[in-house]
Amino acid sequence: MSDTWSVAGRSFTSRLIVGTGKYKSFEQNAAAVAASGAQIVTVAVRRVNISDPGQPMLTDHIDPDKTTYLPNTAGCFTAEEAIRTLRLAREAGGWDLVKLEVLGEAKTLYPDMRETLKATETLVKEGFKPMVYCVDDPIAAKQLEEAGAVAIMPLGAPIGSGLGIQNRVTIRLIVEGAGVPVLVDAGVGTASDASVAMELGCDGVLMNTAIAEAKDPVMMAKAMKLAVESGRLAYLAGRMGQRRYADPSSPLAGLI
Amino acid sequence: MVTDDTLSIRVNGAHRRVRDGMSVAQLALELGLEPTKVAVERNLEIVPRSTLAEVKVEDGDDYEIVTFVGGG
Repeated sequence: MSDTWSVAGRSFTSRLIVGTGKYKSFEQNAAAVAASGAQIVTVAVRRVNISDPGQPMLTDHIDPDKTTYLPNTAGCFTAEEAIRTLRLAREAGGWDLVKLEVLGEAKTLYPDMRETLKATETLVKEGFKPMVYCVDDPIAAKQLEEAGAVAIMPLGAPIGSGLGIQNRVTIRLIVEGAGVPVLVDAGVGTASDASVAMELGCDGVLMNTAIAEAKDPVMMAKAMKLAVESGRLAYLAGRMGQRRYADPSSPLAGLI
Repeated sequence: MVTDDTLSIRVNGAHRRVRDGMSVAQLALELGLEPTKVAVERNLEIVPRSTLAEVKVEDGDDYEIVTFVGGG
């Protein structure tokens, strides 16, 4: 049985999206992406290094023809900055599928939802397909969807914190209310966290630090691949009900 | 007032003098950049890649030249 998910008309078999930041080298980054099985990677848009233009580039190691580049606005604190960044990204790569992230403050890296909604509206008008990082608020998620977000990406915990999914109830509420894919973006620390996100019914998980800052990033990338797959299978299988007391697995009849 | 045949521009925030009459594509090449791997913003407006060879660098221009780097 093939279990694919689609965003903005594009289908993917992998439900894991990985970042390309914080790696020791491009080689390690590329090996981790391969081990994760991810078909989409997030990338940042930054000034070229004019003093050393010959240095290796990300595109030399992760082929944009084989892996979908998802340009991200990480580091932008206003709608205006984010829109400007994505206009440049579209020109650099020709992609309209983008990740919008408008941050509210450096300490928590929580999204500024007023600016995020404003940016979403403008980007949609300009023909972009924004996947949007947001708070775990079902109402805000609905407003983003109405504004044209092609995917809703609530945080499970602050970016780079590795605290795991702190908000299962609200993530589930967003999943139940959404008509577009929901992906947990931020907060995953280890494999079981990714499984939790998938067991809640999310369409996918996006992570960077959990893999890049592992002692062995390539091994962790594989762990995350398996965790996302098993969480997804568990969700589709439908978990057992929970009880407050024991229920024996062996029959009581015929006891000697 | 400089009266030689060079132009004063800014590239990624840094001042620079370039010769008069060059296109934006030539500017990128002179900076050691592959024009197909970057995006160029000139005075806050995107310069479409298809027109990089046609748009002339003018005195006082402010350029942002970006590319994709690793990120989350």
